[in-house]
Amino acid sequence: MSAMPAPRSAELGGAGPTSLVRTLGLYVLLAVAALAVAFPLLIAFSYSFMAESQIASFPPPILPTRPTLANFQEVVERALRPNSPLPIFHYLLNSFVVSTAVVAGQLVTASLAAYAFAFFAFPGKNLLFLVFLATLMVPWEATIVPNYITVRDLNWLDTYQGLAVPFMATGFGTFLLRQSFLQLPGELYDAAVVDGAGKFRFLWQIVLPLSRPALGTLAVYSFLATWNQYFWPLLVTNQPLMRTVQVGIVQLKFEESTRWGLVMAGVVIVVLPTIILLVLGQRQLVRGLTAGAIKG
Amino acid sequence: MARVQTAAAGRLDARARGRKRARAVRDLGEGLLYLAPSLFLFAVFVFIPLGRTVYLSLFYTSPIGAPREFAGFDHYVDLVTNPAFRRSLGTTFLFVLYTVPGSIVIALGLAVLANRRLRGINVFRTLFSSTIAVSLAVAATIWALMLNPSIGLFNYVLSLVGVRGPAWLTDPTAALISVSLVTIWAALGFNTIVLLAGLQGIPEELYESAKIDGAAGLGIFRNITLPMLSPSLFFLLVVNVIQVFQAFTQVHALTRGGPVEATNVLVYSIYLDAFVNFQFGYASAQALVLFAVILTLTLVQFRVIERRVHYQ
Repeated sequence: MSAMPAPRSAELGGAGPTSLVRTLGLYVLLAVAALAVAFPLLIAFSYSFMAESQIASFPPPILPTRPTLANFQEVVERALRPNSPLPIFHYLLNSFVVSTAVVAGQLVTASLAAYAFAFFAFPGKNLLFLVFLATLMVPWEATIVPNYITVRDLNWLDTYQGLAVPFMATGFGTFLLRQSFLQLPGELYDAAVVDGAGKFRFLWQIVLPLSRPALGTLAVYSFLATWNQYFWPLLVTNQPLMRTVQVGIVQLKFEESTRWGLVMAGVVIVVLPTIILLVLGQRQLVRGLTAGAIKG
Repeated sequence: MARVQTAAAGRLDARARGRKRARAVRDLGEGLLYLAPSLFLFAVFVFIPLGRTVYLSLFYTSPIGAPREFAGFDHYVDLVTNPAFRRSLGTTFLFVLYTVPGSIVIALGLAVLANRRLRGINVFRTLFSSTIAVSLAVAATIWALMLNPSIGLFNYVLSLVGVRGPAWLTDPTAALISVSLVTIWAALGFNTIVLLAGLQGIPEELYESAKIDGAAGLGIFRNITLPMLSPSLFFLLVVNVIQVFQAFTQVHALTRGGPVEATNVLVYSIYLDAFVNFQFGYASAQALVLFAVILTLTLVQFRVIERRVHYQ
């Protein structure tokens, strides 16, 4: 190893010029690293505002000399054309509908199951929980051929239900919610059930409202995962109007392989919703996921 | 069981047992009611399909996927003897080797860097984890621009230091490296988040007492940070290996398995055999072999590497 400055868990701080220089150095290091990691994203944003003539110039540019909205305009115009080969607003709508449906479905199925696993006593409970965990271990390529056949035989190709229903149950989400439900005091449940409040009412009126952070984590996570899916939408959709954004962007890249400004405008439109979701939901996502990992 | 007891006690016992059993049945029914939506979906989209994959792998199938003629283990024998499959398996292993260590090591650097109490550190943490919001399709598209041999920044930067960059995506020796670069970058966000959380779980006192004992710099990193972080590192190793073994999107978006099969990883080959050549039986056999390889590798990691993981 080289003579790099030693990593510390935390800057304990201290007065004096040396610590000031060190802090400054740290900020420089952090900024350089952040720039390197985010560089591809920044390039995509920058090129989406660049004229094609500048993109083709040498040396390759980094920032647009004369920022233009022409690329975005063209994406929008193409999308609005009748029988457009690039109906990007449909792609966005499809991805949004499917992701929202999967989130809703997972929240319902996982909270019902997690509630039973966390609060009920019934024979075979542990075995059934193991069945849920086993679904995490079956890789998707081992089921993709029969799943495709199932969806095709249901006449679900090119439909929202074909895109969404196979993902509406989740072993991961059930596990996550169970861990969160288990932290609620059991006496609360006993009291409520003796009270005759009914088990379902207890779930609806007490457990779910108290578990909003965990439900939020699951929602953000599964929205991201569904929005970013590629293989399944590629398989089960053929009509341009039923494609999702991820399939659409790759298709655009292959069809317009010389129009990089246009392609990057498409990239920005596709990636913006998830970037916003990350900025808004990051704390939720990170805390929830890592809490689950540690307790798991 | 209760045969030695008196008749009366036996009757009482039986009645109690009956009540107990009725209650157990009722409890089970109620539990199943809440589990039913999930169990139904798992049955239809996970367990039955898994069984059908096994079944299909033993048959020759029609182009629409109906089993036509019993094949026995023909597909499996084909796999073992087919050099194309072995090449594909080799490519997949190489792909794992190119991506997993690199991505974890870079993420470790980022996490260590971001694990400080500084003003505005959350901005940097968000930037470091930003690729978690970027899909592989989008990542591949952006990297295709950067790796473009005529207008891309990558080869321009290389030319500044006197290196002539290859035609990344169309050169058989460079294509797998290109796909690996995309994969490493896309995995950074998740890996950094996990390692940062692991670092934050290390108690401050450990560092304090190490400093009192006269440890410093690299010594602290090697003797405290790394061992304490080993559960997170192990977790990432297992998860990353599994994910990279199943990679498809970046290959489909960048190289379509080419040039000359240089990036034809296993899942891509399964996709071609099933959905382009309509050899569902053969594709199913490949999928199950891949499943077995992943499972074995995961078990091996647990047996061999987890021994060196330090749990609190």
